Amino acid sequence: MPSIADPVRRTSVPATVRSPAAPGVVETPVRLHAKDLLSIGDLSAEEILLILDTAEAMKEVGTRPIKKVPALRGKTVVNLFFEASTRTRMSFEVAEKRLSADTINISATGSSVAKGETLADTVLNLEAMAPDMIVLRHASAGAGHLVARLCRARVINAGDGMHEHPTQAMLDALTIREHKGTIAGLKVSIIGDLLHSRVLRSNVLLLRALGADVCACGPATMMLPDMTRLGVRATTSVDEAVDGADVIMLLRIQLERMGGCFFPSLREYFRLFGMTPERMRRAKPDTIVMHPGPMNRGVEIASEVADGPYSVILEQVANGVAVRMAVLYLLAGGPQS
Amino acid sequence: MATLLRGGRVVDPLNGIDRPADVLIDAGTVAQIDGAAPGGPGAAIIDLPAGAVVCPGFIDMHTHLREPGQEHKETVASGVAAAVAGGFTAVACMPNTRPVNDNAGVTRLILARASAARMARVYPIGAVTQGQAGERLAEIGELRMAGCVALSDDGKPVANALVMRRALEYAAMFDMTVIDHCEDAALTVGGVAHDGYQAAVLGLRGLPSAAEEIAVQRDVTLSELTGSPVHIAHLSTRGALRSVRAGKERGVRVTCEVTPHHLTLTDDQLAGYDTNYKMNPPLREPADVAALLEGVRDGSIDCIATDHAPHHYDEKQAEFDQAPFGVVGLETAVSVCLDRLVHAGHVTLSRLVELLSVHPARILGVPGGSLAVGAPADITVLSPDLPVTVAAESFRSLGRNTPFDGWSVRGGVIATIVGGRAVYVNEAVAGAAPIAGLR
Repeated sequence: MPSIADPVRRTSVPATVRSPAAPGVVETPVRLHAKDLLSIGDLSAEEILLILDTAEAMKEVGTRPIKKVPALRGKTVVNLFFEASTRTRMSFEVAEKRLSADTINISATGSSVAKGETLADTVLNLEAMAPDMIVLRHASAGAGHLVARLCRARVINAGDGMHEHPTQAMLDALTIREHKGTIAGLKVSIIGDLLHSRVLRSNVLLLRALGADVCACGPATMMLPDMTRLGVRATTSVDEAVDGADVIMLLRIQLERMGGCFFPSLREYFRLFGMTPERMRRAKPDTIVMHPGPMNRGVEIASEVADGPYSVILEQVANGVAVRMAVLYLLAGGPQS
Repeated sequence: MATLLRGGRVVDPLNGIDRPADVLIDAGTVAQIDGAAPGGPGAAIIDLPAGAVVCPGFIDMHTHLREPGQEHKETVASGVAAAVAGGFTAVACMPNTRPVNDNAGVTRLILARASAARMARVYPIGAVTQGQAGERLAEIGELRMAGCVALSDDGKPVANALVMRRALEYAAMFDMTVIDHCEDAALTVGGVAHDGYQAAVLGLRGLPSAAEEIAVQRDVTLSELTGSPVHIAHLSTRGALRSVRAGKERGVRVTCEVTPHHLTLTDDQLAGYDTNYKMNPPLREPADVAALLEGVRDGSIDCIATDHAPHHYDEKQAEFDQAPFGVVGLETAVSVCLDRLVHAGHVTLSRLVELLSVHPARILGVPGGSLAVGAPADITVLSPDLPVTVAAESFRSLGRNTPFDGWSVRGGVIATIVGGRAVYVNEAVAGAAPIAGLR
């Protein structure tokens, strides 16, 4: 694994909130403007940087012998997951526990949802038990918006259909910043199934907000319409995407997409778009390779790349906990009054 | 007893009238229209509120009344109450009830409920194919005899071009127009919003304009082949309008309608995932709205129809991709059109009456659309300057799923008269109350 470059903070947030040493030590009350975190689009660039800075401080908690701070003591956080998830769910739960929140996990298959209860009823019943926050993963785009309208509890979108996955984009940004020192001016190439990817949508919004040059690459069948309006350069050439890229981010190819005529076979996809050691030879020597997981080895990424020196994939996972701690902490209102 | 409606401006484009005139109603029909009708001895006189406009009754040729089968969404009775409150003297109701209106029994039930309600006239539209399944023709002759005025498989359009060809040929024997919801279903699997930038950003699966345009072009071509009329329901894209316009230019018997929401809203409204903006066809792009407005101005669009699609609030309070398609429209259409079409300068009041009354009557082949002497006294009385604030909670419809809730618009309905009987009077309008004396 490559060594992690010295973290360099380049932010424009007020000095009082720039370097929170640890929760409980921060002097200035800081909080996010919106009640909920549903989309990166709801955040200003300053708020994004505040989250990243806070996440850096949170990382320290994970290095202590006792990995726990009292920031969310007495707060109830419900992890409401309507889709299978290993990484994101565990990451949120670890983050909540490190902040001393009371956490409750609900999965669709283990609840009354299986009996045909509507999302609205499920959420209103949860709301009646007065949780402070709901972390929601759902297969429908905009599910978080519906829940947020129905609840006093703050809602964190942990992935809503093809729409967004905001904390994923933030952990990606934290990882990039740790390696590159900044986001502005970097060339970030995102390669894979663009159309169905909530990771793409959140990353594009975040990276553009912080001034990165974003290139999106995939089969023409998996492009979003009107990519230029998103401020993204689109290409079907992997070589073009790799050339000069500071960051190469691969997106998962869902195997069932072959049925929708998006591409003929996994074999052809790998040949045309898979990230192989040969393709990586065109890349800048200090490029980093990212993947939000779960990976399809030998489809969008060759094992040699996933396990190779450019890969920061496991750092992303580690940073996920810190970013989620930061989001939970800031949404709860920052330091306890 | 004869009654004279005095002091209004009569807008009756079919008879070339747009001037102050009094209207004498007798025995449920229009008895006389004159600049200074004396009314004859013994006629009761109702003085209309200042600024009142008297038009042939509006006809909504695309309504869903939900009965039988989905009475929690709407009943015939609640639907016709909503219709008259919105200025419609008649509605044509789509056959996607449960069971489907593909047989005389269902048609007769709808008509019986409508007769009992004694509000708007109801013209059932029968299914083209049995069960709207797109395979075998429904018993179209029997539907006609039972009272259906047109045919449509509405939300489940006839996919097979041969079935559509035969339907057009067969229906023409009974002077029935086939109304088509144009959608190539292979292109819209899973789609919930217009396939464009907004859907892409919001992660919503797309309903491409091409799906509508391919189907419209097919129908224009089949109408040309068969010589039978075809009517395009809720046309929503600029490409579809091009096909209709080109068809009309070469004499094809194609007509089309647009909805008020497609004339006023775009997919930019989707950002909050409010399911009251979810309908099919979906809200399109600003360029489509501009094209539809041009079509309304130049006459290539024949009608405005509501596609009134009531749903229960439970059903709409769902994930965007799970919520049903459709919005209500009967109680907002006239106000929205007066404000956004007439006052905005796109069309004259006379042209709006053509879009809402004259042309629907002609296409459906039903009475109305005219205040000629002897015609049924189906009359909509408007106040083009009435300030109106849309309040969904006060709708007569059981459906509250409107994208116009809270809108403040200029123009509204003073009264609705069906067969010489005042079935709706807007008591909030000063001087309107005496109209209720029309019995």
